[in-house]
This record gives sequence, structure tokens and C-alpha cells, in this order.
Amino acid sequence: MSMEEKRNSLTFQGFNQSILKPSNEKDISEIVKSCFKKNIPLEIQGLGTKKKIGRNFQSEKTLDLSKNAGIIEYLPEELYIKVKSGTPIDLIKKELKKNNQELAFEPTDFGPLFCGSKNEGTIGGVVSCNFAGPRRFKVGSARDHILGFRGINGRGEIIKSGGTVVKNVTGYDLSKIASGSFGTLMVFSEISIKVLPIAESNKTLVIDNNDLKSSLDYLNKSLSSSSDPSGAVFYPKIFRDQFTLNDLTVLGSITAIRFEGSINSIDQRLNKLIKDLKLEDKKLDILAPDQSEIFWDETRSLKVFSNLNKNLFRIVVPPSETFDLLNNLSKYNIKYFVDWGGNLVWLQVDDINPKELRELRNVVKKFNGYLTIIKVSDDLKGLIDIFTINEIKYQITEKIKKSFDPKRILNPGKMYIGI
Amino acid sequence: MTSLQMPKVHNPTIESKEKIIADISKILNKANILADDVEIRPYETDALTAYRQKPLLVVLPETVDQVSKVLKYCNENKIKIVPRGAGTGLSGGSLPLADCILLSMGKFNKILEVDYDNRCVVAQPCVTNLSITHAVQDKNFYYAPDPSSQIACSIGGNVAENSGGVHSLKYGATTNNLLGIQVVLMDGTIAKFGGKTLDAEGYDFLGLMTGSEGLLGVITEVTVKILKTPENIKAALVGFPSVEDAGNCVSQIIAQGIIPAGMEIMDKALTKATNDFVKAGYPVEAEAMMIVELDGTQSEVSELIKKVETISKKNKCSSIKISNSKEERLKFWAGRKAAFPACGVLAPDYMCMDGSIPRGKLAEVLKEINRLSKKYDLPVANAFHAGDGNLHPLIMFDANDKESLEKTEKFGADILKYCVKVGGALTGEHGVGIEKRELMCEAFNDTDIRQQLNIKIALDPSSLLNPGKVYPILRKCAEEGRVHVHGGKTKFPDIPRF
Repeated sequence: MSMEEKRNSLTFQGFNQSILKPSNEKDISEIVKSCFKKNIPLEIQGLGTKKKIGRNFQSEKTLDLSKNAGIIEYLPEELYIKVKSGTPIDLIKKELKKNNQELAFEPTDFGPLFCGSKNEGTIGGVVSCNFAGPRRFKVGSARDHILGFRGINGRGEIIKSGGTVVKNVTGYDLSKIASGSFGTLMVFSEISIKVLPIAESNKTLVIDNNDLKSSLDYLNKSLSSSSDPSGAVFYPKIFRDQFTLNDLTVLGSITAIRFEGSINSIDQRLNKLIKDLKLEDKKLDILAPDQSEIFWDETRSLKVFSNLNKNLFRIVVPPSETFDLLNNLSKYNIKYFVDWGGNLVWLQVDDINPKELRELRNVVKKFNGYLTIIKVSDDLKGLIDIFTINEIKYQITEKIKKSFDPKRILNPGKMYIGI
Repeated sequence: MTSLQMPKVHNPTIESKEKIIADISKILNKANILADDVEIRPYETDALTAYRQKPLLVVLPETVDQVSKVLKYCNENKIKIVPRGAGTGLSGGSLPLADCILLSMGKFNKILEVDYDNRCVVAQPCVTNLSITHAVQDKNFYYAPDPSSQIACSIGGNVAENSGGVHSLKYGATTNNLLGIQVVLMDGTIAKFGGKTLDAEGYDFLGLMTGSEGLLGVITEVTVKILKTPENIKAALVGFPSVEDAGNCVSQIIAQGIIPAGMEIMDKALTKATNDFVKAGYPVEAEAMMIVELDGTQSEVSELIKKVETISKKNKCSSIKISNSKEERLKFWAGRKAAFPACGVLAPDYMCMDGSIPRGKLAEVLKEINRLSKKYDLPVANAFHAGDGNLHPLIMFDANDKESLEKTEKFGADILKYCVKVGGALTGEHGVGIEKRELMCEAFNDTDIRQQLNIKIALDPSSLLNPGKVYPILRKCAEEGRVHVHGGKTKFPDIPRF
């Protein structure tokens, strides 16, 4: 037996189990290699917090990465942390906080929506899904903060890209294509992430205004101003009572804009924005740092949709189109809130059939946006597309998928049929 | 300069030149097909001028449809294509091949849309980087990535190379400031990735194409984010008695949670050269000089400048000057941005390296470069995007002197060797191109390279789009290393594997 054959004949101990829990890269590679040889489809999973996002698909085994966890290297002065892919976000955040640093892209916490309580999942899951929180428009998404990774492709081979330095253009930027691929291209084993200092302080300006158009206008203008906000969200009146904060006294809808930085700078920028938006005569609330933090944490974790048993969609749209889009959607039985200064709409639709959903998707497309199904009833799930894609992109997607995972064993069908 | 192995010339293509011209004349206006020796000479090199090769033809399409048809025709007839923007690339990414059609995007030079509501600009690929800012600055917006060549380099080229610049420390490189692109693939497919939304759904092809050095597609339209110009911007010019002190100062600024808009270091040689060139008022007696730019509200900038002053003093700075006006601040930068022409005055030729290192290793690496400079008896001037660890040593030599050239290449190899040794990367922003192609095997093993080549093959099965760039000609890294080391033709023959 050649060395190569010997290596290939090694299998992960306990391979016969249906849930495989490797604790290191070598074991992950062996598992995928065996599955590649035997054509066994795998479902890739971290803590399972986003398991319900995506299409239902057939898998023979689950590759559970929650034991491939731990911090490998953290150099605060170099602004990076290298972790194993199954490391919980919570643990990373705690570690970073010791040095007053954070993951600036504020990963969306789907815990309350799917599990009933906070659970941000693992770094591998967050990067694979690439959903960023309220600070997205200022600092970028998860994909913008990945410096490099090691992972296993669909042949079971260990591959790497990037490194730990910020500036690196050596070869194709595989960190980008892997981010947001929902585990259909490769399995992350290690990820190096850029970290940033936590702002000295933060405050949130809340405008008492019930008119959707002018609220969206405030948000968009704030993003175009030099006041440098780091959060801009609109909650209609229907969600007002979901927030109990002492500083929050507005009775109607909530138009909230966050400022972060040094204390003096926050006040200066906040006051300037009030002037620029001509809000001097409006009723305004200012959320103090502790309450501001709670408010944005609740936004990031989709608090208003906690334990939702209806359908939830995520619409990303150019901000100039948001108002018209929402107007066009009003014929459906919807509840929504707008994040990212108008770039993102979280849309709850109570009852919808596949035909109506297709129509709704077309409306979003008409306004140059796209719609991703986040939560949907099981009977509807099998009848609809979860992600939007056109023919040309599908063809390219198919080719790229094949280049990483030729036998389609990694999360096959999770994103699209045939991918 | 030592010659590099390029893809084998396909003589039948060269012999079919007249037929190819006739065929392409059906797609393009004849005036946009250049075939005469004199006409194509300007295209024989990019900013890595040591390498020259005239293409078979140069074509200048005017529409996306024409680009698509040219690529489709070349794909069907197995003709190589080398795309080219403004030709300012420093790694030879648009070096032609003898049997290629050079696809110049020069006629795609219009800004198509300025969209303030969505804070973006849609531009054709050969619009220069700086013109985007010029198009929006009257409304106090700007495009953040600012490579030093921004007056000439094209936005399409910026996407292909994922260009950075002095402000990428705070605002990111091209990839972080891009919303959408239209590309034409080698089979002629016209695809749009992204648009005016933040994040596109599905695989991040936008991210994959960015920095792919023209190997995966030809960029025909670019949508970039624009940002509001900060209200206050101030720069500090700080002199240090040693490069180590300057390096330590940079590390401590970052460690204290300050992310300046830009943070540059130049060593004494470059400080003097650039000061002589533009009279920027630099502290020419200092061993190293740092430019730190801070932006934000007035109080924020004042607070940060104070903090930077304190940290600089702790690191034994010999002088500190804060800009009092926009003019003065721009003057501080004028020298840094003129680093290349300033070096051109000092020596007949220079080689600009582009290593990336962890910030904390800055002092150590600069010390090593100075040691090597003495060892090789070649002057070196160092410009450094210190905040994000991107080093640009400029080795000065005389290309007409063969010995000087060989020494320069060895010196360059030693610098990259050291960057890698301390945990850095082979290229921070100039790209691999042909310049660092052989070194790819040092950064990646066979499996890594094969995965990347699989992506290439998925989109361009016959490897016709910009072949011979980025990836070694021979797939097996060991083979590549062996061939070139034994042949004595590799640029960096003795860098250890890691």
C-alpha cells in the first residue's frame, strides 16, 4: 500500500455514526474524504442556530463542528483573532472584550427567532451565512472581516486562502466566495478574523415620527451626512411596545440613529444631525449608552420576531427604492422593520401561497432588490425557492460548486436545486 | 531583466493574423483594431517596464456587446486574450503575449451615473480612480481607495488588482468599497454581480472577481460606494531618530484603539528624496518620518491628534508638525504620493517591492532591509503603509548593469523571504502578475493552487484569459521550483518553503 493509499484508507473513528463530531482539521478532512469516496452527502452544522435557513435536503450524515472549537491565536495589537470554525461567537466576543475589542460587523443573532433565546452560533456558521447586523452599512459584512481561512473542500482536501495580515492579494480571494456559500463549497476548519476596538461610547437619537416616507428620508440623509452614524433603523408603531427602555418615550414608531465614538464627538455629531435634518422642533429621545446598547442588541437579534411562528423574509434593496417597495407590499398581510438605514427590510408575512410569494419576489426584483426566505412553514418550504438566482448566475454557480465539491456532497441542495 | 517562462506561443495563431483581423473587423470598427508595429508598441508593457512583449493585435472595443463577441470569438478559436486598463499595474498583469489579442478597455472611459440617493457611482472600467472622486466632490463625497497612481490608474484595473492605498487602513481596499460589477466571461457570457444593494445574494462572485487579476473575466462596468467627506481632517508629520522608534509608535497607536485614516512611514532616504522633489517641509534629518491622518468631528480629531502626539513623544519623536490647513495637509501627502518619481531622480531604475507584514514586525523588518542594503551595496528607500503592514521598499539599481540587476533581484528575494518569515504575505496590493508568479508556490501548496486553478478552469476551460499570470506555468509547485532554480531563471530562487 502506497503512502497515499494508506492516508486515504484512514477513516475517522466512529464514522458509522450518523452525527460525526470531529475536533480537529485532520479528522474533518478524513470524514469528507471518506464521504467523497463513498458518495455520502453531508449536512454541515455548527450550533444549528441557522439550520432552518435554506432548502430542506437529503443528507446521510451530519458533520457537527461544535467540537472543532477554541481560540488558536489572538493578537489584539495586530487586530486579529484566529479561531477554530466551531468556536461559539459568544466565546470570541468575551475574549475580545477583555481587550476592549469586538467583531465590528455585529453578526445577526437568529437565536430568539429559531431557538427562543439568544444564541449567536459559531464563527463558521456566521461566516458561511454572511448575515451582518445594524453596523453593516458602515463597516461591511462578515465577508469584509475575514483575513484568511483553512478549510476542507468536497474532495476532503485541506485548502487555505489569505492569512492574518490585512493587506493580502496573493491569489484569488477565496474568503469571499466561501462567505455566504452556506457550507456548499467547503467546510471551514480555521478562520482568521479582523477585530476592531470597541467605541468609547455610544448614544442613539430617536425621532418621534409616524410618517414612513419622512422616517426613511431621515435615515437615508443621516447615512449621507458627515455625522457618521453606525446604526439607522425604523420600527413602525406596531412594534413600539416591544421596547421597554427608560429613555424611550416616543409613543409611535421608532426612527433610531446610533452614534459611536468618543463622548464629545458623539454629542457634536448628534447635534449637527439634529440641525441638518431640521429636527429642532420635533420630539426627540436620546438613549444613553447602556440603553442604546440594549436597543441595538435587540435589533441585531430580531427581538420583535422572537418565537415567530409566521413567515419571515429578508429583503435587501437600494435605499432609494425602500419606500415604494413597502407601499407595493402593503396589499399583503405584512409587518416589517427597516434596518441598515433603509437598505434592509425584515418582512413578516402571515399567510402567503407559492403564487403570491412569486409575485412578491417579482415586486422586490422590480425595485432592484432581492428576497431571502429566512423562516417559512414546512409545507410551503418544499414548494418555493429560498434564495433568488437568475439563469446566468445559476450556470456560474454550478461551475464554481463543481470546482470545490465535484460530487456535491457538502450541503447538497441547501441553496439551490442541483447545487 | 531575467526572462520568465510564458505560455507556449501558438504559431498557427500568429500565422492567421490577417484572418483574425478580418474576423474581428466584423465585430469592431476597423479603426479600433491596431496591428501595425508602431501602433501596438505602446501596449508592449505596463508599469512593470522591465518586461516587454508586443501582442499580435490590439483591439479597442466600445461596447459590452463587442467585448462579449470578441471573447466568444477568441474562445471558439482558442486565441489568448490579455485585458488591459490604464496599464499602470506594477506586477505585469497586462503584459501581452506574442500570440494574444490585447483587449484594451481604453474606450470605456465614462461615468455612467452618479447616484447620491444610494451613495454610489456607476462607471465604465477605464475611468480613472481619481475622476470618481472628482465627479462627486462638489457635493462633499469621495471614493475612498486611493492608490498612489490614482491620477492615472483605472477603476476596472483597481477591481482586477483589489487596489488599496494610503486610506485603506480605515476605509478598506477596493473589495470593501465595491457594490457591483458587470463582467464578460471568456465564453462571452455577460454577467452582473451585485448592484446598488449592500451584499448580493448567493455566491460572492463580486468578491471572487475582485483581485483575480483579469484571469476570470473582463470587467465592463463598476459600481462603487462613495462616502461623505469627513468634516475635519488633520495630518501630523512626525520625525523619529530611528525606524524602530517609528515602527513602535505605529504599533502603539493601533494598540491604543486608534484607527487613523492613513498612517505612513518613509525612511530617511525617501524622506529626503521626496522632500527634494516636492519641497513638502519634511524633517529631512530624521531617520524615519511618519504621516498620520485623522478624520472626524473637530473634537474627535483634536482628541486623537493629542493622543498621537503623546504616543509619538513616548517613542522619542524628534519633531512633530500638525497641519493647520487643507493645503498644508495635502503638502504633507504630496511628498509621499511622489515617492516613485522622486526615486526616479536618484537612480536609473528602481524595483518596487510589495510585501505585507504584521504591524508589530515593522521595526524588525525595516532594520533587516537596511542591513541587506549594506550587504548588497544597493541603496533602498522605504515607503510603508504602516497602519496596515504593507511595505514598499524601492531598490535602486541600474538595469544596464547586469550585475546590479542580479543583486537587486537577490535583494528583493531576501526582503520577501523576511516578510514571509515574520508571518506576512507576498503581495499586499500590487498583485502577483508575472512578477511574483513563481513565489505562489511559497505561499500555497499544490492542493491550494489546484483549488484555485479549478476555479479558473471552471470559468475558462482552455485557459485563454490572461494566461501565464498569477499561477506558475507548471502546475506542480515542486516542478516549478526545480525548473526555475536549476534554470537560474526564477526571480526569487532561494526563498524557503513555509
